[in-house]
Amino acid sequence: MSEIAIHLEDVRKTFDEKEYVVNGLNLDIPKGSLTAIIGFSGTGKSVILKHILGLYRPTSGRIEVLGEDLNKMDNDQLTDFRKNFGVLFQGSALFDDMTVLENVCFPLSEHRRELSEGQMVEIASRKLQQVGLDSKHFDKLPSQISGGMQKRTGLARALALDPEILFYDEPTTGLDPILTEMVDNLIVETHHHRTGITSVMVSHDLEAAFRIADFVAMLNAGQVLLFGKPEVFFETDNELVRRFVAKGMKKT
Amino acid sequence: MSDRRVSWIDRINGLIELFENTMTGFVSEVGSMVVFATDALRLSFKPPLRYLEVIKHFEFVGNGSVMIICLTGAFTGLAVSYQIYLGFKMVNAVNLVGPTVALGITRELGPVLTGLIVAARAGGAMAARLGTMRVNEQIDALDVMGVNTKQYLIAPRIYAAVAAMPLLTAIFDAMAMLGAWFLCVKLVELDPAVFWDKVQNTLKVRHLFEGFFKSTVFGAFFAAICTYRGFHTSGGAKGVGEATNRGVVQSMVMIIVLDYFLTNMIRIFYLAIGATP
Ligand SMILES: Nc1ncnc2c1ncn2[C@@H]1O[C@H](COP(=O)(O)OP(=O)(O)O)[C@@H](O)[C@H]1O
Ligand SMILES: [Mg+2]
Repeated sequence: MSEIAIHLEDVRKTFDEKEYVVNGLNLDIPKGSLTAIIGFSGTGKSVILKHILGLYRPTSGRIEVLGEDLNKMDNDQLTDFRKNFGVLFQGSALFDDMTVLENVCFPLSEHRRELSEGQMVEIASRKLQQVGLDSKHFDKLPSQISGGMQKRTGLARALALDPEILFYDEPTTGLDPILTEMVDNLIVETHHHRTGITSVMVSHDLEAAFRIADFVAMLNAGQVLLFGKPEVFFETDNELVRRFVAKGMKKT
Repeated sequence: MSDRRVSWIDRINGLIELFENTMTGFVSEVGSMVVFATDALRLSFKPPLRYLEVIKHFEFVGNGSVMIICLTGAFTGLAVSYQIYLGFKMVNAVNLVGPTVALGITRELGPVLTGLIVAARAGGAMAARLGTMRVNEQIDALDVMGVNTKQYLIAPRIYAAVAAMPLLTAIFDAMAMLGAWFLCVKLVELDPAVFWDKVQNTLKVRHLFEGFFKSTVFGAFFAAICTYRGFHTSGGAKGVGEATNRGVVQSMVMIIVLDYFLTNMIRIFYLAIGATP
């Protein structure tokens, strides 16, 4: 079996000491894979993502990312460790008082202080071109460009520091079918652009997950119901999974 | 009979419980605000230093408030001096209008009104801005980019407010005295010599600094409260409105309550060093 990028072991999380949002979750995400975490709304997908990013601490259990135990890190170390991550948020989460180019330069100005301004602009421009954004938009504010371009800018910003792991939280939720297809393609292209990069996509779009992901983890009630290559989900005898798949595929 | 007594005891217990819960809620909230602000200030000494951010926010809090402070200062001076003039005329003490207005403005009205106005304008904007950043996941984005959000977003705003408040208060004081002078000398035709009489030997530099000290404290408090409210916004656009509203209201109440305690603190300080308050 290949190397593991993210290892979750018996992770539990409760916010109110009563109900467990994550309830004994085990998951191994292989390095270099494009893995989709799927499940219906409210099953704890975003909460798990935030655990992997070190924004939440588990109530119990073990989380290893790139071989490092997150429980052993203090907040400052975690902040530093996140340089290895790039995240594309659902709403793109661009800084609305900065231009497109400034948004992509921002992570560089925070973590690559040795670079000159010219070098930062060069790297940022390259990332923006990689995700297919024309240079005529570079000096516009996020509010002046379309939703699709905002997604591209958000992805370029996530790529700025050449992260080891790329995360997408619901990248296509709320988008029209054409934009959805564009973003799905962008995810695949970005994944193949650099070998070795691990991509983790959280989604409730089952159809897209099965189409583009190498591995799929299906969540239910704070646990992984089934993990494997997409084929596995259509061959399984597990009644719950079959119902999930049938329902999810019909919806989209 | 006994039933009624029990129900009264229940009610009193209920009230005590309500009081207890409100107090614990209040204390724990104030506690987390203090931790929040001191955390931000502690982190501000770690590299990278965010002085460019401080300058940016200082421009907004300071420069951005000058016009409104000039306007309100001048009209406060006009209004207050007229009432004091009317009162003192009754006892033939119009020569005391100048010093009375000067002391009242520099020690109380200057810092308090400046605090209220700047809390509403700049504090409200801080809460709204941070609230928007929170609900649009911009703060999460900063977090996952490895940026310390308290250091980057909170500390510069607190420093900016602390630095801008005494300067704005000085402007308010000056404009208010100008307003008072205009009313007394130009409108009710008091002799300028009578107006300025004793202002110079009554008003000491330390009175000005009392006001500046107060306004500095007010700046720290409204910035801490409003940034806390904005930073902890939840629940979309509606949540941003609520956070802004709560931030501004709590800041205003805090400024007025705090003013009383600060006045007393200063009085005790003077007594302790053997000066007349
Ligand atoms: N910070 C939090 N405090 C309390 N409850 C939370 C918090 N974050 C998420 N939850 C709860 O955890 C559950 C899972 O949420 P989430 O991970 O956002 O679901 P989704 O799978 O749709 O992304 C929800 O019931 C939500 O209310
Ligand atoms: Mg979610």
